[in-house]
Amino acid sequence: MQALHFLQALARIARAAPKPAHSARTRQIRHAAYASMAHSSRSSRRTWSRALLHRLRQRQQQRPGRLLTVRRRVRIVTPITSRPEEPARAETLRQLVPGGRGMEYCNLLEETADYVQCLRAQVQLMQTLLDAFSS
Amino acid sequence: MSSRRSRISEEEINELISKLQSLVPESRRRGSNRASATKLLKETCNYIKSLQREVDDLSDRLSDLMAGMDNNSAQADIIRSLLSS
Repeated sequence: MQALHFLQALARIARAAPKPAHSARTRQIRHAAYASMAHSSRSSRRTWSRALLHRLRQRQQQRPGRLLTVRRRVRIVTPITSRPEEPARAETLRQLVPGGRGMEYCNLLEETADYVQCLRAQVQLMQTLLDAFSS
Repeated sequence: MSSRRSRISEEEINELISKLQSLVPESRRRGSNRASATKLLKETCNYIKSLQREVDDLSDRLSDLMAGMDNNSAQADIIRSLLSS
Protein backbone atom coordinates (compact mmCIF):
# COMPACT_ATOMS: atom_id res chain seq x y z
CA MET A 1 0.00 0.00 0.00
CA GLN A 2 2.91 2.27 0.70
CA ALA A 3 4.36 1.45 -2.71
CA LEU A 4 1.11 1.97 -4.57
CA HIS A 5 0.49 5.34 -2.94
CA PHE A 6 4.00 6.48 -3.82
CA LEU A 7 3.78 5.29 -7.43
CA GLN A 8 0.49 7.09 -7.93
CA ALA A 9 1.99 10.27 -6.51
CA LEU A 10 5.01 9.91 -8.81
CA ALA A 11 2.70 9.49 -11.78
CA ARG A 12 0.91 12.72 -10.88
CA ILE A 13 4.21 14.52 -10.60
CA ALA A 14 5.37 13.11 -13.93
CA ARG A 15 2.21 14.26 -15.70
CA ALA A 16 2.38 17.79 -14.33
CA ALA A 17 2.53 20.48 -16.98
CA PRO A 18 4.31 22.76 -17.27
CA LYS A 19 7.29 20.79 -16.04
CA PRO A 20 8.42 22.07 -12.64
CA ALA A 21 11.96 23.14 -11.88
CA HIS A 22 14.27 20.40 -10.62
CA SER A 23 14.26 21.63 -7.03
CA ALA A 24 10.47 21.94 -6.96
CA ARG A 25 10.05 18.43 -8.33
CA THR A 26 12.54 17.09 -5.77
CA ARG A 27 10.43 18.68 -3.03
CA GLN A 28 7.25 17.15 -4.46
CA ILE A 29 8.85 13.71 -4.59
CA ARG A 30 10.09 13.99 -1.02
CA HIS A 31 6.65 15.15 0.06
CA ALA A 32 5.13 12.14 -1.70
CA ALA A 33 7.61 9.83 0.01
CA TYR A 34 6.66 10.96 3.51
CA ALA A 35 2.95 11.04 2.65
CA SER A 36 3.17 7.44 1.42
CA MET A 37 4.83 6.40 4.64
CA ALA A 38 2.12 8.06 6.69
CA HIS A 39 -0.66 6.53 4.62
CA SER A 40 0.60 2.96 4.63
CA SER A 41 -1.93 0.62 6.20
CA ARG A 42 0.40 -0.41 8.99
CA SER A 43 1.06 3.10 10.11
CA SER A 44 -2.21 4.96 9.65
CA ARG A 45 -3.20 4.32 13.24
CA ARG A 46 0.11 5.56 14.64
CA THR A 47 0.70 8.85 16.40
CA TRP A 48 3.77 9.54 14.27
CA SER A 49 1.85 9.12 11.03
CA ARG A 50 -0.90 11.51 12.13
CA ALA A 51 1.70 14.04 13.29
CA LEU A 52 3.57 13.67 10.00
CA LEU A 53 0.44 14.16 7.90
CA HIS A 54 -0.41 17.25 9.93
CA ARG A 55 3.08 18.60 9.35
CA LEU A 56 2.88 17.85 5.61
CA ARG A 57 -0.44 19.65 5.26
CA GLN A 58 0.90 22.66 7.10
CA ARG A 59 3.94 22.59 4.84
CA GLN A 60 1.72 22.63 1.75
CA GLN A 61 0.04 25.80 2.90
CA GLN A 62 3.30 27.65 3.37
CA ARG A 63 6.12 28.44 1.03
CA PRO A 64 8.23 25.36 0.29
CA GLY A 65 11.27 24.72 2.41
CA ARG A 66 12.94 21.99 4.40
CA LEU A 67 10.35 19.38 5.20
CA LEU A 68 11.68 18.39 8.57
CA THR A 69 12.60 21.72 10.08
CA VAL A 70 12.13 21.77 13.83
CA ARG A 71 9.38 24.27 14.45
CA ARG A 72 9.98 27.02 16.95
CA ARG A 73 6.57 27.21 18.45
CA VAL A 74 5.27 27.11 21.98
CA ARG A 75 3.82 23.68 22.61
CA ILE A 76 2.09 22.46 25.70
CA VAL A 77 3.98 19.28 26.40
CA THR A 78 5.39 17.70 29.51
CA PRO A 79 8.69 19.47 30.18
CA ILE A 80 11.93 17.49 30.20
CA THR A 81 12.48 17.99 33.91
CA SER A 82 9.51 15.76 34.69
CA ARG A 83 11.05 12.78 32.88
CA PRO A 84 14.06 11.97 35.04
CA GLU A 85 14.07 8.24 34.33
CA GLU A 86 14.57 8.50 30.62
CA PRO A 87 18.03 7.79 29.33
CA ALA A 88 19.91 10.55 27.63
CA ARG A 89 19.21 10.88 23.88
CA ALA A 90 15.52 10.28 24.37
CA GLU A 91 15.01 13.98 23.74
CA THR A 92 16.84 13.79 20.38
CA LEU A 93 14.67 10.84 19.45
CA ARG A 94 11.58 12.80 20.37
CA GLN A 95 12.62 15.48 17.91
CA LEU A 96 13.27 12.98 15.11
CA VAL A 97 10.08 10.96 15.37
CA PRO A 98 7.05 13.01 14.28
CA GLY A 99 4.83 13.73 17.25
CA GLY A 100 7.47 12.40 19.58
CA ARG A 101 7.42 15.26 22.02
CA GLY A 102 4.08 14.42 23.54
CA MET A 103 4.59 10.68 23.86
CA GLU A 104 5.13 8.55 26.90
CA TYR A 105 8.55 6.91 26.82
CA CYS A 106 7.10 3.45 26.25
CA ASN A 107 5.02 4.67 23.33
CA LEU A 108 8.00 6.56 21.96
CA LEU A 109 9.98 3.33 21.60
CA GLU A 110 7.10 1.55 19.95
CA GLU A 111 6.43 4.43 17.55
CA THR A 112 10.14 4.68 16.79
CA ALA A 113 10.33 1.03 15.78
CA ASP A 114 7.34 1.46 13.47
CA TYR A 115 8.69 4.71 12.02
CA VAL A 116 12.08 3.10 11.33
CA GLN A 117 10.42 0.20 9.52
CA CYS A 118 8.39 2.56 7.33
CA LEU A 119 11.42 4.74 6.59
CA ARG A 120 13.44 1.70 5.61
CA ALA A 121 10.66 0.38 3.35
CA GLN A 122 10.38 3.76 1.65
CA VAL A 123 14.13 3.97 1.04
CA GLN A 124 14.15 0.45 -0.42
CA LEU A 125 11.18 1.30 -2.64
CA MET A 126 12.81 4.45 -4.01
CA GLN A 127 16.11 2.67 -4.59
CA THR A 128 14.30 -0.14 -6.43
CA LEU A 129 12.52 2.36 -8.67
CA LEU A 130 15.76 4.15 -9.46
CA ASP A 131 17.48 0.89 -10.31
CA ALA A 132 14.58 -0.27 -12.45
CA PHE A 133 14.29 2.92 -14.48
CA SER A 134 17.88 3.94 -14.96
CA SER A 135 19.88 1.79 -17.29
CA MET B 1 0.30 -0.48 43.37
CA SER B 2 2.80 1.83 41.79
CA SER B 3 5.62 -0.77 41.91
CA ARG B 4 3.49 -3.32 40.05
CA ARG B 5 2.74 -0.83 37.32
CA SER B 6 6.38 0.09 36.93
CA ARG B 7 7.37 -3.60 36.64
CA ILE B 8 4.96 -4.11 33.74
CA SER B 9 6.24 -0.99 32.02
CA GLU B 10 9.82 -2.13 32.46
CA GLU B 11 9.10 -5.45 30.73
CA GLU B 12 7.43 -3.66 27.87
CA ILE B 13 10.34 -1.29 27.61
CA ASN B 14 12.83 -4.16 27.48
CA GLU B 15 10.83 -5.79 24.71
CA LEU B 16 10.75 -2.61 22.73
CA ILE B 17 14.45 -2.09 23.25
CA SER B 18 15.06 -5.58 21.86
CA LYS B 19 12.90 -4.80 18.88
CA LEU B 20 14.75 -1.58 18.20
CA GLN B 21 18.01 -3.44 18.55
CA SER B 22 16.96 -5.86 15.84
CA LEU B 23 16.04 -3.00 13.51
CA VAL B 24 19.10 -0.81 13.85
CA PRO B 25 22.05 -2.24 11.90
CA GLU B 26 24.88 -1.16 14.20
CA SER B 27 23.29 -2.78 17.22
CA ARG B 28 22.81 -6.07 15.39
CA ARG B 29 26.44 -6.26 14.41
CA ARG B 30 27.72 -5.80 17.90
CA GLY B 31 25.60 -8.72 19.06
CA SER B 32 25.55 -7.56 22.63
CA ASN B 33 22.51 -8.44 24.66
CA ARG B 34 23.13 -5.77 27.19
CA ALA B 35 23.65 -2.73 25.00
CA SER B 36 22.94 0.25 27.12
CA ALA B 37 19.70 2.02 26.37
CA THR B 38 21.53 5.25 25.84
CA LYS B 39 23.83 3.75 23.22
CA LEU B 40 20.91 2.12 21.43
CA LEU B 41 18.96 5.37 21.39
CA LYS B 42 21.97 7.20 20.01
CA GLU B 43 22.40 4.63 17.23
CA THR B 44 18.68 4.76 16.52
CA CYS B 45 18.85 8.54 16.18
CA ASN B 46 21.81 8.23 13.80
CA TYR B 47 20.02 5.56 11.81
CA ILE B 48 16.87 7.67 11.48
CA LYS B 49 18.90 10.67 10.38
CA SER B 50 20.75 8.63 7.78
CA LEU B 51 17.49 7.17 6.46
CA GLN B 52 16.01 10.64 6.17
CA ARG B 53 19.10 11.82 4.31
CA GLU B 54 18.68 8.87 1.95
CA VAL B 55 15.08 9.88 1.28
CA ASP B 56 16.33 13.37 0.41
CA ASP B 57 19.05 12.01 -1.86
CA LEU B 58 16.79 9.48 -3.58
CA SER B 59 14.16 12.18 -4.14
CA ASP B 60 16.79 14.25 -5.88
CA ARG B 61 17.90 11.35 -8.06
CA LEU B 62 14.32 10.43 -8.94
CA SER B 63 13.79 14.04 -9.91
CA ASP B 64 16.82 13.83 -12.21
CA LEU B 65 15.38 10.66 -13.68
CA MET B 66 12.03 12.27 -14.38
CA ALA B 67 13.73 15.28 -15.91
CA GLY B 68 15.49 12.99 -18.34
CA MET B 69 12.34 11.13 -19.30
CA ASP B 70 11.17 13.58 -21.92
CA ASN B 71 14.42 13.26 -23.79
CA ASN B 72 13.93 9.57 -24.47
CA SER B 73 10.38 9.03 -25.60
CA ALA B 74 10.48 5.24 -25.80
CA GLN B 75 11.68 4.90 -22.23
CA ALA B 76 9.26 7.58 -21.12
CA ASP B 77 6.33 5.71 -22.67
CA ILE B 78 7.25 2.55 -20.81
CA ILE B 79 7.60 4.38 -17.52
CA ARG B 80 4.34 6.24 -18.02
CA SER B 81 2.46 3.06 -18.80
CA LEU B 82 3.84 1.42 -15.69
CA LEU B 83 2.93 4.36 -13.50
CA SER B 84 -0.49 5.04 -14.95
CA SER B 85 -3.34 4.23 -12.65
